[in-house]
Amino acid sequence: MKLEARILLVLGLFFAIMGTVYWIWSGENAGGMMIIAGGLLGFLPGSYYWWWSRRMPVRPEDRDGDVTEGAGFVGAFPGTSIFPFTLGAGAFFAVLSLVFGFWLMVPGLGLIVWAAIGGVAESRRGGTQ
Amino acid sequence: MEVQPSAPQGAGPQPTKHRRRWIAALIPLTALALSGCTLPSFGAYKSDTTTGQETYRLWQWFSVGAVIIGTFTFLLIVWAVLRYRRKGDTIPKQSQYHIPLELLYTIIPVIIVGVLFWGTVVVENKVVAMPKTNVKIHVNAFKWGWGFTYPGQNAVVVGNTTQEPTMVMPVGTDVAVTITSTDVMHGFYIPQFNFSRYALPGVTNEVTFHAVKTGTFTGQCSQLCGLYHSLMYFKVKVVTVTQYAAWLHSFDTPAGKLAAQAAQNALKIQMSAGLPVVSAVTAGVN
Amino acid sequence: MTAVISPDTHHDDAHEAHEHHGPTGVLKWLTTTDHKIIGLSYTVTAVLMLVIGGFFAELIRVQLSAPYEHFLSFAQYNEVFTMHGSIMIYLFAGPMAFGALANIIVPIQIGAPDMAFPRLNALSYWLYLTGSITMLSGFFVSGGAANFGWVGYAPLSNAANSPGAGADLWIGALLLTGFSAIFTGVNICATVFYLRAPGMTLFRMPIFTWNLLVTSILILLAFPVLTAGLIMLYCDRHFGTHIFSVQGGGVPVLWQHIFWFWGHPEVYILALPFFGMVTEIIPVFSRKPVFGYKGMVFATLTIAALSLGVWAHHMFTTGTVLLPFFSIMSLLIAVPTGIKLFNWIGSMWRGQIWFSAAMLFAIGFVITFLIGGLTGIYLASPPLDFFTHDTYFVVAHFHSVVMALVMGGIAGLYYWGPKITGYLLNETIGKIQFWFLFIGSQVFTLPLYILGLRGMPRRMAVYPNNPGWQHLNEIATFGAVLIGISTVLFVVNILVSWKKYPAGDNPWDGHTLEWFTTSPPPHHNFYRLPQIRSERPTWDYNHPEAPALTHGTHEEK
Ligand code: HEM
Ligand SMILES: [Cu+2]
Ligand SMILES: [Cu+2]
Repeated sequence: MKLEARILLVLGLFFAIMGTVYWIWSGENAGGMMIIAGGLLGFLPGSYYWWWSRRMPVRPEDRDGDVTEGAGFVGAFPGTSIFPFTLGAGAFFAVLSLVFGFWLMVPGLGLIVWAAIGGVAESRRGGTQ
Repeated sequence: MEVQPSAPQGAGPQPTKHRRRWIAALIPLTALALSGCTLPSFGAYKSDTTTGQETYRLWQWFSVGAVIIGTFTFLLIVWAVLRYRRKGDTIPKQSQYHIPLELLYTIIPVIIVGVLFWGTVVVENKVVAMPKTNVKIHVNAFKWGWGFTYPGQNAVVVGNTTQEPTMVMPVGTDVAVTITSTDVMHGFYIPQFNFSRYALPGVTNEVTFHAVKTGTFTGQCSQLCGLYHSLMYFKVKVVTVTQYAAWLHSFDTPAGKLAAQAAQNALKIQMSAGLPVVSAVTAGVN
Repeated sequence: MTAVISPDTHHDDAHEAHEHHGPTGVLKWLTTTDHKIIGLSYTVTAVLMLVIGGFFAELIRVQLSAPYEHFLSFAQYNEVFTMHGSIMIYLFAGPMAFGALANIIVPIQIGAPDMAFPRLNALSYWLYLTGSITMLSGFFVSGGAANFGWVGYAPLSNAANSPGAGADLWIGALLLTGFSAIFTGVNICATVFYLRAPGMTLFRMPIFTWNLLVTSILILLAFPVLTAGLIMLYCDRHFGTHIFSVQGGGVPVLWQHIFWFWGHPEVYILALPFFGMVTEIIPVFSRKPVFGYKGMVFATLTIAALSLGVWAHHMFTTGTVLLPFFSIMSLLIAVPTGIKLFNWIGSMWRGQIWFSAAMLFAIGFVITFLIGGLTGIYLASPPLDFFTHDTYFVVAHFHSVVMALVMGGIAGLYYWGPKITGYLLNETIGKIQFWFLFIGSQVFTLPLYILGLRGMPRRMAVYPNNPGWQHLNEIATFGAVLIGISTVLFVVNILVSWKKYPAGDNPWDGHTLEWFTTSPPPHHNFYRLPQIRSERPTWDYNHPEAPALTHGTHEEK
């Protein structure tokens, strides 16, 4: 976990420095902003991982772990689910509504809401097999 | 080193001698290289402006580097592929790192990049320099044609896809060209000047040309600007200073003024309405 | 060393049993969350897009084979090259790079049962598919498809200059595929960070997985910017904002800043996964470990870091950007790229190279990429870019690169295809296909370099004033035909080899975990896992006598 954190933090630091140099040198705001925002994208998850890495034991995948240590419950992986498709179809209609008229937002939003509710409910049940 | 013909003395390896030979071999190479003009063109135009020629020399040097590095790497690949073809089932040595070698092919490229950047900055500063000059041309790009006006003069040239306009400029003089667009983005591109610059709406770009010989060159829009992008040609006519003065003068006659006025109107209509110029108007003695 | 039975085994058996009662047929495809099936869907869709995009390319080449060809009208030509570029970049190269093989291989290479968020993964695919449909449907609306180039420069892409639904469909498609990419990026990052098998430290991950991790980070840095830009563009078109228009006080060049801030990282988002594939293939068929593994990782991270600071090398000729900054950053990117190249050569050096079709494509990749990389260095120098920008020289540069990537991708399909399907492809047809593609690529791109230097701008429907360019264009068209034949051969190979040559679990004596499991892998990928003590667990298991040596000497690690 420490190494993951370090990679993100170093990237963030590099972008912060590069962004500062660029912004001051060029005086061009859009690019300066975007690089600095890139730096933040390194710092945010980076510092989160760093915070956690100091509060948890070294994971088996961060040392010479034995494969048997991976035993047990890894996580609930839903075997099948229709809701990604529903959500995708909803997003499709929503985007089409940008082109062909906002009435298409009705089925779009309907599908999206249905998928959101259904998906959350499915997770609560622990996923289908 | 082994393939070097051994010296008759046969006194074994002599590093100083070897080094001297290397240097001896390098001298003509550098001399050849320094004289720039003897290098091949590598496909580019020699160019007819001073900055274009600087650019051309930079191009040659980049190409020398690219050819050397490219050939070396290519041969390395070919050698590896041919030499280490599978010859049996033995497992080769499982070597994985060679730190000195890896450092070498990190540091050498950094040095090469440094040199390339240095050359780039030197040439770039010349290309974008804007020395003071009295000869000015204003370029106005529009869908799909060009307008050339000469600030402080009566001369106006406008043309579109059916009639290419000609930008007239004097030889041996710095000519300040300002470039802008009235609608979308266009590219003011003159291949034989080794130069292009966007024509941007809302922005006036400036560049200085110093042509070294007279002649007519083709120019063209290089940035996609819609339906007839590929027909958006123009010409650049480089004339002597006296010819240039005479040409400017031709717009001061009553007939010339009329023609210039018509061209000016066409350009105005274009700039205000954003409509394509329907009929081409070119004016001038040429 | 013994394999250790994965404790997951019983769990998996339960799953297997269950699966027989699960949905079948179309419903199975619609509801699956298995990364392998999703990856396969990605692969099939992306290859289909390659074929469609390739068809448009052939139309372009036919049009250009004569100076004043009437094969396509001006309007059609603009639509065709716009859709060619858009399909190839947004719908083929990207999804092929981080959706197709990545999806299938990354979880297996790190010993994970699936992606971290399987349903999100499925959503990514549906957004990609609907995005592709949205893009292609531009041809069926009045006014035709988008026609402002794949970069959609403002103000050409505004409502006045490009009215019609085609442009909006283009924007909509990019929104959908953009979110698809972002979700995949999140998914791969989470998978690599949280689902590695015990012992699989970051510095034991195969380079392919490393490159996809870095690609995913780049996706997360770059794609949101594009999405934001597209929303601004849409607002300009429909809600009267004037973000990119001079009339309302906006700045057209801002679009280019936003677009290329995404666009340059994007070219590495496309490239890194294929670099990764080649980095897996070359060592396996040379029977050696990757040369300079750590240098390779370092190079990948450096490329990612630098690629956020080079975008305006696409804007040198706007006259509005800081030339030296972007020049040095772009030139510097060549250094890590060069390190990779030499590491590939180093991996072959003193090896026992087996010229399978996959290896041939990988070598073709390295050579073609060398050309594209070298010409990229010219373009990073503003004075040289001034006269090559927007000419066929640039077109040639990036086609050298992307043709290399195509070779890398096909190498990947020959290499990993058997793992997914359980069947090998025909090697002989593969080799013929390689020579068509390799020679075709060079015959296609090399004349374009010369044309660019002679002054032929890109995106030209006709070139009536320069009939002298015809010969070189004809040669390029001939190259494109060779490339087309190679694509046909690939389809033929798939049909000919259909379920013919069973692959076995480990046909190439592979190094990484995917070669430890069955072909195709079971539902949650592994029945058992070996101990992971290097980046080649499967090799270490199969060849305990031949561990990797450091420093090219006999000392052991
Ligand atoms: C050695 C590293 C590279 C350098 C220094 C480099 C440099 C450049 C530069 C400066 C341009 C802008 C040229 C112009 O528009 O005038 C460019 C264009 C382009 N490059 Fe590269 N490049 C490199 C590698 C790559 C890679 C790996 C890819 C693809 C995966 C790529 C794809 C492209 C594309 C698609 C364009 C054209 C974009 C367009 O205007 O349509 N390049 N490259
Ligand atoms: Cu144009
Ligand atoms: Cu770029």
